[in-house]
Amino acid sequence: MHRLRQFIDRAGWPRIIIGLVLLSLFLVAPHWGVRIDSSLMDTIIRFGMNGVMVLAMIPMVQAGCGLNFGLPLGIIAGLLGATMSIELGLVGVAGFAGAIGIAVSIACLFGWGYGVLLNHVKGDEMMIATYVGFSSVSFMSIMWMVLPYHSPTMIWGYSGQGLRTTVSVDGFWSKILDNLLAIRIGPNFTFPTGTILFFALMAWLMWAFFHTKTGTAMTAVGSNPDYARASGISVDRMRTTSVILSTVYGAIGILLYEQSYGFISLYNGPFFMALPAVAAVLIGGASVNKANITNVIIGTILFQGILTMAPSVINAAIHSDAAEVVRLIVSNGMIVYALTRVTRKSR
Amino acid sequence: MTEQQPLLKMQGITKEYFGNRVLTDVSLDLNRGEVLGLVGENGAGKSTLMNILFGMSVIVQTGGYAGKVYIDGKEVSFQNPFDALKAGIGMVHQEFSLIPGFTATENILLNGEILHDNIVTKLFGPRLKTLDLPEMRAIAAKSIELLGVEISPDTLVAEMPVGHRQFTELAREIHRPEMKVLVLDEPTAVLTESEAEVLLTSLRRLAATGIAIIFITHRLQEILDICDRIVILRDGQVVKEVATRDTDIGQVAELMVGRSVDTKAIATATYDTQQETVLTVGHLWVDMPGETVRDVSFEVHKGEIFGIGGLAGQGKLGIPNGIMGLCPAGGTVILHGKPIHLDDPAAALAAGMAFVSEDRRGVGLLMEEPLDWNIAFTAMQVQNKFLRPLLGGLIKWRDDRAIRKVTREYIEALEIKCTGVEQPAQELSGGNQQKVCLAKAFAVEPDLLFVSEPTRGIDVGAKALVLKALRRYNSENGTTIVMVSSELEELRSICDRIAIIDEGRVAGILPPAATAKEFGMLMIGKLKNLDDKVASHA
Repeated sequence: MHRLRQFIDRAGWPRIIIGLVLLSLFLVAPHWGVRIDSSLMDTIIRFGMNGVMVLAMIPMVQAGCGLNFGLPLGIIAGLLGATMSIELGLVGVAGFAGAIGIAVSIACLFGWGYGVLLNHVKGDEMMIATYVGFSSVSFMSIMWMVLPYHSPTMIWGYSGQGLRTTVSVDGFWSKILDNLLAIRIGPNFTFPTGTILFFALMAWLMWAFFHTKTGTAMTAVGSNPDYARASGISVDRMRTTSVILSTVYGAIGILLYEQSYGFISLYNGPFFMALPAVAAVLIGGASVNKANITNVIIGTILFQGILTMAPSVINAAIHSDAAEVVRLIVSNGMIVYALTRVTRKSR
Repeated sequence: MTEQQPLLKMQGITKEYFGNRVLTDVSLDLNRGEVLGLVGENGAGKSTLMNILFGMSVIVQTGGYAGKVYIDGKEVSFQNPFDALKAGIGMVHQEFSLIPGFTATENILLNGEILHDNIVTKLFGPRLKTLDLPEMRAIAAKSIELLGVEISPDTLVAEMPVGHRQFTELAREIHRPEMKVLVLDEPTAVLTESEAEVLLTSLRRLAATGIAIIFITHRLQEILDICDRIVILRDGQVVKEVATRDTDIGQVAELMVGRSVDTKAIATATYDTQQETVLTVGHLWVDMPGETVRDVSFEVHKGEIFGIGGLAGQGKLGIPNGIMGLCPAGGTVILHGKPIHLDDPAAALAAGMAFVSEDRRGVGLLMEEPLDWNIAFTAMQVQNKFLRPLLGGLIKWRDDRAIRKVTREYIEALEIKCTGVEQPAQELSGGNQQKVCLAKAFAVEPDLLFVSEPTRGIDVGAKALVLKALRRYNSENGTTIVMVSSELEELRSICDRIAIIDEGRVAGILPPAATAKEFGMLMIGKLKNLDDKVASHA
């Protein structure tokens, strides 16, 4: 009984409840003919697709900049990397590596400007970040039309200029990580080893960063900026570094997502990416000023698990074809729930 | 009969925090109009006992308590401070709970404003009632007057000196007519001696009106001056309850720490004026709110302990904060012949200076982080200690093992009471937090150490330990120490020379053997005409 209580204290009720819901969805799934193995595979793939974007939340939270609602900025850097890589005609590993290289350089630049902006609005970071995300999406909606792209796989067929809303990466680097070292177990289950390994690498890098001198300073800045300043740390520089890191992770995260999804979603695509990532890390037990890798892993598994299972089980149960509607209700419901759980650990 | 019944009765109170038992079977009674002194070392459980009485959420959140509380013979169990307020219990905290942007009046009558109906309230309900400001001002002025101090009800709290904030907080508690029991947790810790005197007088006046007062302080003389009875706590237990007239300061101090206290044990080291000058400060000005430094010049010699004293608000705290780059400052600061760039904490630290801030919670500690981080962080960031270079120095990896090792050493050396190196700093008591701050500064191994109010809010036992640690550090490592303190006796017991700051300027520098009268005259600015003499002395 004592150990049970300890476990509940450590895990927290929200995670236990969502975990139990997810478990029960898996348990009742076969009853309505939903295959567990393919559902499990979907969950794992979605975890891999989204994981790095959730990891992007950690640096800014740790540095006291709050949750990165401006994630679309990083995603746009990723989209620019992806489209430029295709424009240059790079395919396969070179294409994906090229996309990452370009995306990271652009993300550093974007992140620096974004960080400088956030340093001017201390205390209101999250609201300003939301506007940064929204306005950058709108601005890029214009830019996708006017930037001089020429690759026929990406531009509108009828006018010959401007990028399409969705661009297929088939023939470039579609599923390049999903299929890397993939382990096939049975007809309906394939483990996307490459994607998961890539996530693990990114998570390890994040963990390692927070074990360095700079990472330690960043955590201290988030914990007590006055203490950090009295120890000779430049608070603004640490905060900018955290924003750059977060933006870079957002850029890499969307590339991981696209290779698995098979398409690049331009225009309003990035609009809807920040909230699920924010919700996942909150459901994982992070607060506005403390987050760690465990929060990310647990939160992403729970959030993406529910998002995979709930629509398919509910559709099968009520014999409807409203998968998209149910998915939206579930995902936005989870986001609302997560945002009500926002806590600020007391100082 | 109500005459026989105590106003407040606490019986068999027991409380555990994080598996640590902090109170064991504590019982006390309090009658109308009585002043009860509650004394004990840091961590003896005084604050916890009062938090229980006041229904603070931290008690409920950590699993409640065992035992019973009676008020007027009725059993009560407060779930939150509102219940306690309603029952007539008022509390003045160690940390101020005032709104800085509000005036004294607004703070005093917060949530108890005098309201009038107007046309809009008829339509939109009581939330839009009009404030009766003249009436409120009158009530605030009355309760300030009752305390015997002069504070304008229209002053913003942010612009008040610390002492006035304390009086404002007290005025807020006493303006309520239902007030029965007033708890004062270290009310004089932030006050100067003259302000404390005024406070004690007003407390006696309050007690005469029938209010019962529980008075917590480390200044034992105050307890003896004002209290009818004294309850002494040690390690969570009542060791003695005694009427004030039957005891004396030595006995109380002894019971409190459980060992005989000898303040003379801090030996004054002989200080050699022939030593080279380490620090030269010239025409320093510092823009620190409430502690403005206007024009300060002094020199500190190698290996000495240089004291800086003065009344609150005169600028003594601004000096270390300005030199360490925490507040905007100007003038010249020369350390070992090299000028220090002001407004840059990193430069000050890199030059070999360290600072123990008077603002423990705000600047001194990472409250949420474990002790090892708190102690090692500054040394790590400034001097690259506790780091392992990886990939040829490209990556500086934090050496957690070295950090824990050094933390354990300091926990032992400074007798920090904690559950281990992983405990967050916020769970420690005030005195132990102060020791962590000292350990943080020691870990930098500075040439010159600034210590600001090292014993604020610390009891006799811990105070002696802190001072001894400073003295030992000074003599063993030859570290020059500049100590800023409001407590003159403390400065006189440890320092080689003491500068008194008045109105942002050095009023004079005296040897510790100078009489209390000489110090007093400097503090109240009576020796202005001797400026020339003082300048030549410095």
